[in-house]
Amino acid sequence: MNQVAKMNSNSSSAGLEEFEHTIGENLLEKAKFSTRNVDVFYADKQAIFDASLDIASNEVIALIGPSGCGKSTYLRSLNRMNDTIRDCRVSGELRLDGEDIYAPEMDPVLLRSRVGMVFQKPNPFPKSIYDNVAYGPRIHGLARNNAELDEIVVTSLERAGLFGEVKDRLNNSGTSLSGGQQQRLCIARTIAVSPEVILMDEPASALDPIATAIIEELIDELRANYTIAIVTHSMQQAARVTQRTAYFHLGKLIEVGDTKRIFTNPRHIMTENYITGKFG
Amino acid sequence: MSHESHVTGHISRRFDHELEDIRNQVMRMGGLVESQVNNGLRGLLEADSQIARQVVQDDHKVNRMEVDIDERCVEILARRQPAASDLRLIVAIIKTITDLERIGDQAEKLGRNQLELIDDGETSSNYVRLEHIGELVSKNLHRALDAFARMDDADALKTIAMDEKVNEEFEALMRQLITHMMEDPRTIRNALRVSWCARALERIGDHAKNICEYVVFLVQGKDVRHIGLKGQGEL
Repeated sequence: MNQVAKMNSNSSSAGLEEFEHTIGENLLEKAKFSTRNVDVFYADKQAIFDASLDIASNEVIALIGPSGCGKSTYLRSLNRMNDTIRDCRVSGELRLDGEDIYAPEMDPVLLRSRVGMVFQKPNPFPKSIYDNVAYGPRIHGLARNNAELDEIVVTSLERAGLFGEVKDRLNNSGTSLSGGQQQRLCIARTIAVSPEVILMDEPASALDPIATAIIEELIDELRANYTIAIVTHSMQQAARVTQRTAYFHLGKLIEVGDTKRIFTNPRHIMTENYITGKFG
Repeated sequence: MSHESHVTGHISRRFDHELEDIRNQVMRMGGLVESQVNNGLRGLLEADSQIARQVVQDDHKVNRMEVDIDERCVEILARRQPAASDLRLIVAIIKTITDLERIGDQAEKLGRNQLELIDDGETSSNYVRLEHIGELVSKNLHRALDAFARMDDADALKTIAMDEKVNEEFEALMRQLITHMMEDPRTIRNALRVSWCARALERIGDHAKNICEYVVFLVQGKDVRHIGLKGQGEL
């Protein structure tokens, strides 16, 4: 009869045994990233169960859910960061522009230049601001000469909204910057290698409201050129900066939909309980 | 189907209390408005100037409650940033109390017009029978407030459909009043007063219907305003 009625009938035992499949619009007609039936294991412990999710070009999608729900694990499987963890196994189909990113011929280093990542804690290299940004272009041979490298560094810092603040001290250490600036430096470093997708794992959780607002504004601007998937614990942040939201719970992708719908009228009781701060 | 239990269950028990409190306040305001309407009607039907005067005097209580609840809603929006059903509840409350306050104004109008009729030595029953529309409106308002209290979207939709009867009754009353005025222009002054009372009752019906629409929004997350009965029937 209606959604809340359905939710209420479940609510007494909103357990995962009742979960059958992802609710909402997890699959798209045209996807940048397309993942099907993804399972992720850490040794014998399964962290992701049969997740199928598409991510569109130039969209910002939020991955939300309680701690341990698998959202970061899922995010890291998108650029094979999980390869670095021993005993981690990823199965299912993960395609970037139709290309199987777990195919044997796929070079993970190249993949990570196409699918960049920004972490929770800003992690600039203990090098100068300039070298932090120039690092990727150098190892990938993106610049033929110093002038080109300069240009990449300046453009990347500009796009990350940091250039104005650091243009007179490009040789200072990256670690001398404030937390918010360091995070923007990391974003500049990520976009210096011209990725197509940027993965962000709680990029603003260590920042104050002003630095957070600057990062969020930046995310909105970056959307024009990149596809962005962001893991966040801040419901308001997800609501503010994303177009779609995916809710994970205990390794299962419960519900996906337009952010506006998810935050005004979620369809699954677990989504509702999580975003309203209720006991699930 | 009732969804009352859905308001509580937050990890923050204080938030539960805040939402419960504000909901109770709305229900108290609803109760006050309902008795204002019923007293306004009684004053009118029984030509009782004392009740009519009391209704006029008590309107400020309704206004005061609207301001209080509004303030609480703004505070919850600022402090809690509610989402999903919590957000819909707050939005529905903000809208509901606006309609309740306007119902209060209409009840006051019943009182004022009644006092003027009495001053002229007249009663509405000399022109038309307002009992029927009064009963319909009072019942619809009661059902709307019940639907809100129990978060009962099915009953809200049924009550919305009932408003049509109020409108028909209003049209019929207006035709009778116009007939009076045409037959004897000396009656125009008081016939107009009676028509304003009928109009006030009809407006109360509209506001009750609005409240029902907010209940549907609150429960289902769907906006059923301005889509007509046919569209609502398809829900």
